[in-house]
Amino acid sequence: MLSDKQRREVLDELEHYPTKQAACIEALKIVQKHDRWVSDEAIQEVADLIGMSAAELDSVATFFNLIFRRPVGRHVILLCDSASCWLMGCNKIRAQLVDRLGIDYGQTTDDNRFTLLPMACLGTCDRAPAMMIDEQLHQDLTAESLDKILKATE
Amino acid sequence: MEQPLTSNIDSKRGPLDLQGYEKAGGYAAARKVLTQMTPGEVTELVKKADLKGRGGAGFSAGLKWSFVPMGDDAPHPKYLVCNADEMEPGTFKDRVLMEGDPHQLIEAMIIVAYAIQAEVGFIFLRWAYKVSERRLRLAIQEARAAGYLGENIHDSGFSFDLNIHSSAGRYMCGEETGLLNALEGRRATPRAKPPFPQISGLWGKPTIVQNVETLCNVPHIINHGAEWFQGLGKTDESGTKLYGVSGRVKRPGCWELPMGTTIRELIEEHAGGMQDGHAFRGVLPGGASTDFLVEQHLDVPMDYGSIQKAGSRMGTGTMIVLDDQHCPVAMSVNLQVFFARESCGWCTPCRDGLPWIVQLLQSIEDGEGKASDLELLSMHTKYLGPGHTFCALAPGAMEPLQSALKYFKSDFERHVTEKKCPWN
Repeated sequence: MLSDKQRREVLDELEHYPTKQAACIEALKIVQKHDRWVSDEAIQEVADLIGMSAAELDSVATFFNLIFRRPVGRHVILLCDSASCWLMGCNKIRAQLVDRLGIDYGQTTDDNRFTLLPMACLGTCDRAPAMMIDEQLHQDLTAESLDKILKATE
Repeated sequence: MEQPLTSNIDSKRGPLDLQGYEKAGGYAAARKVLTQMTPGEVTELVKKADLKGRGGAGFSAGLKWSFVPMGDDAPHPKYLVCNADEMEPGTFKDRVLMEGDPHQLIEAMIIVAYAIQAEVGFIFLRWAYKVSERRLRLAIQEARAAGYLGENIHDSGFSFDLNIHSSAGRYMCGEETGLLNALEGRRATPRAKPPFPQISGLWGKPTIVQNVETLCNVPHIINHGAEWFQGLGKTDESGTKLYGVSGRVKRPGCWELPMGTTIRELIEEHAGGMQDGHAFRGVLPGGASTDFLVEQHLDVPMDYGSIQKAGSRMGTGTMIVLDDQHCPVAMSVNLQVFFARESCGWCTPCRDGLPWIVQLLQSIEDGEGKASDLELLSMHTKYLGPGHTFCALAPGAMEPLQSALKYFKSDFERHVTEKKCPWN
């Protein structure tokens, strides 16, 4: 069920666009901000609110990298694996994440703390390798800095 | 050396606020345009300055605006969309401009909106650019409070408001018509052209989509004129360019330099040369979707014409350097995995071809490739090339592949004959 707050935020978004459908991605982001992912029920409710079919809204939801249609952990690690980060050693960072967390791309730790996903270029190639955890960007990753970051992210 | 786009940017402090920006001469161009110039004069001036699109395609900005229907019969509202969905691997220049001087982009959008008489603007912003988003939102608030955005801007009779649309991430959103679909709340698949967005874009209305860096040039052209702008380049092409270098160089970074600065100057002087223990093998001059250039091209000036003559594309002007410690086949796998993952699936060559290419390349990299696979790959570069797809994603993906097959042919062959990756 969408909370009243979520419903209000979605309705606010509709004001910014000439059609309701244009606000659908923003609406999905609002759902996700509160619930961390978008469930089937949420798709149906947002679709009703916006006047789209649930199937069409789902096709939009699944198109975008940052709309999660499956539950994710408390923190989502987005590791850049594009060319510059690859040249600068993102595979080593991935191996270390797999080793420390026991999960690989698309998986969530048993304690629900982290989900690990690959991500296209984060636009910080001069400070590669890079990753984002939730909304925080981490640059110039090394084995040492990665361990520190993980430790600090409860 | 003049650096108009970055002169207000100082990484040691935050961006200039409205007052600081005005003190540095900001919004003078917008005021001049709104009070002293006609829309047609603005477009003509930018056309004459020969400002080419900095997002990748290099199309003349002024010429594009001249296709927008004008006058009393023109459909309204018209839209101006800033493409700030910087997602081309290796590219980190628009971030510099938005984080460093958000008012410059806002002023530019007011001017361009006036030139095409657009009422509404959107900045289509990459979700990952959280700092840009915060700073732009603040700057838009300031500009609105000071009367630079909204109804009847500074008593000119012209009204324009600006919104930020923060995307949910997909490379396809950087494609002009895919971006428009995403803004309308649809899957970011490309649209058939014609009609071009200038005629029928966002919600079927005339729309101009322009990259951040392209837009940011406009206030300076208004302030200093077309001839000044043409004179900034080292070659016969206009302006400065935000160039970037990443990969195994000593000082990766992004610099505003005269158009036509050579690849060698960028890598050796500005980026400090290759890291110790790493030798230069090749470079993707304008991001992941441009052809590799190699040693023999180091003295080519980075401008649209020269790079094209050398067999590649200027793209975004931000280069990725391949060194001798990394396998060109493995890098090709990395690049094609990206393109296959980001393909929107709209047309068959891209949707089915790219995963096939990834499979072929991966088997070669793993030492399981056959000599005939190289021919198959080369065939794919034709079938996924220009003319076979709705948009430029697949043709762009083929650029680094066809040039890797050409310049690193012996590396590919060694994988097949030695049945392993020589770098592993």
